[in-house]
Amino acid sequence: MAASEGDAGILAEILDRYPKGDRGFLIPILQDIQEFCGYVSPDAVDEIAAFTGVSPGEVFGVASFYSHFRFTEPGKHTIKVCRGTACHVRGSERILEMMERQLRIKAGETTPDGLFSLERVACFGCCALAPVVVTDKDVHGRMSMTKAQRLLKEHEV
Amino acid sequence: MIMATLGEMRANAVAEWQALEEDSRPSVLIGAATCGKAAGAFDTIAAFQEQQAKRGLDMTIIQVGCIGVCYKEPVVAIRKQGQPMILYGNVNADGVAHLTEKWLLGEDPCTDLAIGTFGNQLVNGIPPLSSHPMLGTKPRIILRNCGVIDPTNFNHCLARGGYEGFEKALAWTPQQVIDEVKKAGLRGRGGAGFPTGVKWQICRDQPGDIKYLICNGDEGDPGAFMNRSLIEGDPHAVLEGLLIGGYALGAAEGYIYIRAEYPLAIERLNLAIEQIRQASLLGKNILDYDFHFDIKIREGAGAFVCGEETALIASVEGKRGMPRARPPFPATSGLWEKPTVINNVETLATVPSIIRMGAEEYARYGTERSKGTKTFALAGKIKNTGLIEVPLGTTLRQIVFDIGGGILKDKELKAVQTGGPSGGCIPAFRLDTPVDYESLTEAGTIMGSGGMIVMDENTCMVDVAHYFLSFTQRESCGNCPPCRVGTWHMLKILERIKAGDGEPMDIERLEKLAHTVKVGSLCGLGQTAPNPVLTTLRYFGDEYLAHITGHRCPAAVCPALITYEVTDACTGCTLCARLCPSNAIAGERKQKHTINPKACIRCGACHDSCNYNAIIVR
Repeated sequence: MAASEGDAGILAEILDRYPKGDRGFLIPILQDIQEFCGYVSPDAVDEIAAFTGVSPGEVFGVASFYSHFRFTEPGKHTIKVCRGTACHVRGSERILEMMERQLRIKAGETTPDGLFSLERVACFGCCALAPVVVTDKDVHGRMSMTKAQRLLKEHEV
Repeated sequence: MIMATLGEMRANAVAEWQALEEDSRPSVLIGAATCGKAAGAFDTIAAFQEQQAKRGLDMTIIQVGCIGVCYKEPVVAIRKQGQPMILYGNVNADGVAHLTEKWLLGEDPCTDLAIGTFGNQLVNGIPPLSSHPMLGTKPRIILRNCGVIDPTNFNHCLARGGYEGFEKALAWTPQQVIDEVKKAGLRGRGGAGFPTGVKWQICRDQPGDIKYLICNGDEGDPGAFMNRSLIEGDPHAVLEGLLIGGYALGAAEGYIYIRAEYPLAIERLNLAIEQIRQASLLGKNILDYDFHFDIKIREGAGAFVCGEETALIASVEGKRGMPRARPPFPATSGLWEKPTVINNVETLATVPSIIRMGAEEYARYGTERSKGTKTFALAGKIKNTGLIEVPLGTTLRQIVFDIGGGILKDKELKAVQTGGPSGGCIPAFRLDTPVDYESLTEAGTIMGSGGMIVMDENTCMVDVAHYFLSFTQRESCGNCPPCRVGTWHMLKILERIKAGDGEPMDIERLEKLAHTVKVGSLCGLGQTAPNPVLTTLRYFGDEYLAHITGHRCPAAVCPALITYEVTDACTGCTLCARLCPSNAIAGERKQKHTINPKACIRCGACHDSCNYNAIIVR
C-alpha cells in the first residue's frame, strides 16, 4: 500500500527531528511514525532505512521484534484487553474471548469494516482494578462480560 | 536574569507548601494516577468542579498520585482549615455532592465515606491513617510522597525534602556516596537482589571517561505496578536517584527506559526533567560543582525480554532486544560498549532517602541480609488491593491477612504468586515465609520486582502454570533453542492436561523439559521460565493428577473439564438465554432454564451475568 501524500509529509517532518545516520534513534523514530500514522507502512520502512543508514530488512527486523509496532492500518477504535496475571485470575480471558466472538476477529486483527482493532496487552499495571480494558486511550477497570459488551456497543459509531 | 539558588527555591517552596496547609480555603486532593483514572477519577474531578461553579465554592483542587488504597478508588483527601486532612474512598459523583454538602459547606465529616485522618487525631470516630492496615505500615520511605504531593508541582517536591540527598551527596566524594549505599545494604529492587553499592563500585573502578547509568522502568511482569505508581506519584525521586548515581559512577548521561504502556508516567517524567533543567539541576556544572549530567527517556516497545539488562541495552542502541552472553557484564562493557550500570526504578528512588536519612538509619529496617523497605503490588483475590511498603522480612501472612485484609468473599487462600513469570506460587501452608531474597528463593520462587497475586480456591494451578508459560513462550526472543522450543513443548503438554488429555508420563516430561530450559538458556527469561510450572508441580501435584487421571478440574476453571448447570434459584429472567453466544440455554419466561451441555462452549457468560447466582459450575 502506498502511503498517502499527507503521510509522506508527516514522515519527512518526523525524520527532521532526528540526527541523520544515527541508529540509536531507530526505535524512537518508529514510535513517532506509529503515533502519527497509526502504523508503520512499507514506504515508511524504506524512508527510515535511507535516513538511519540501516538496511530496510533490518529496520523491519527491529520493528517486528517489538509487539508495539503494527504494519497494517488500525481500525477506527482500538480495544485492548489486559492479559496480566491479576486480570487473568479475575477472568480477562473470557472477556477477550467474548470480544473475539462479538467482533468475529482474533486478537491482533481488525474488523473488515475498519471499525475495531482488537489487541491483547501483557499488562497495563492497573492490576488493583482488574480486569482492565482500554478503549482508544480510556482505561476501564473492574470489567465484567456485561460491562465489556456495553463498551463495544458505545463505540459502534 | 540571576538564577535563584536551590536554597532560595526551597525556601519559596516551603512557604508555598505551608500556605497551602494553612489556607483558609479548603483543598481537595484527588488521586488521579492511572488506577484512579480507571476507577473514574476524572468524573470525580469534574463533579467537584461542577460543585465549585454551582455553589461558588472557593477551594483548591489538586491532582495527586496514588496513595496505595486502590480498592477504594476513586480516592479523595480533603483539608479544611483547623482540621486534620481526611482521606475518603469510593468517591463517585454522588459522593462528591454528599461531601460538598456535608463537609465542605457543613460540619459533618462524612464518617461513612472516610478511610482515615492524616496525623494522629480522631475526628468524629474517623481513625487516624497510622492505624490503617495498608497506609499505616512504617516506615514509608519510598512512597513517602505518593498521593500527598502534586507530582507536577516541583515546589511540592522541594518542600518535602526533594534533592536534599543530592545536595548532600555532592558535598561528599563519589567514593563516600558509594560507601554509604554499601553501608545501607541496598540490594537491587528489580528482583535479583545484587548489592547496589557493589555494582556501582565495579563500574566506577573501570577505566575510561564515558560511563552510563540506566534506570530500568520496563516493569514487564504482569501483575506488577509499583514502578508505575511511584513514577506517577513522585517522579523526582527517580530523577534524584539518577543524579546521585551518575555522580557516584562518574557518568555524564543517564537514560530512563520505560514501558510505552505507561503514558502518564512518561508524561510526568518529561515534565519533571524539564523542571530540574530549569532549576539548573541538569546540564553543566550542576550547583557549581564539577559535575555534568543529562537524562534522556527511551520508551519500550512491548517486549518483556527488554527487562533483562543486556536486551535493554540492545534496545536503547536501536537493535532487536535480544540478550547476549555475560560476561562481560554491563558494569564493564554495556551501552555502546562503555561501563554501564542498570538500576531498577525503585532502587534509584530509594537512594536519595538513604543519603538524606543516613545509611545507619535506613539499615535499621529489614533483616540481616535484606535491608530496608520494599513496595509490593497486591492484586488478585484479595480484599485490599493496592500498593504497600513494608520492611523486608515481613511474612506473607502479615501481608495477605493483616495488611491485605484477607481473601475476597472470605474464601480459602490457595497460593501467593510472586516474581511474575519468573517466580512461583507459594502455597497457603508456607504462608509464614518471610519476604526476603533468600527465603523466597528457598521456597522456589523469587522476590521479583514486587508483584503479589493472591489466588483462592477458585484458581486452578494448572491454568496458572499454563498462563505464565504461554506468556514466556510468546515473549521468548528466540535466540536459545531450549527456551524457544522447550517452552513451546511444555506449553503443548499443559494445554493437553488442561483439555483432559494428559498422560501420567506428562509430569515427568514437564520436569525434564523444565530442567533443559533452565540450564540451556542464556538469559533470565529462559532460566526462570519453568519456575511457575515447577512450583505448582511441587506444591499442587494433586491438582495436576486430578486433571490427568481424574479428568476433572478441582477449581472448576479449565473449560474442557467443567459443566454449567442451572439451579432452582433460577427465576426465568431469560438474561442468560439472551446472552448465550451458542444458543445453548432454553426455557420459558418465569420458568427454570436448562443448559444443553453439547451446545455449551463454556464461555461463562451466563454464570457471570446471572443476577440470582443460579448458575453453578462444576
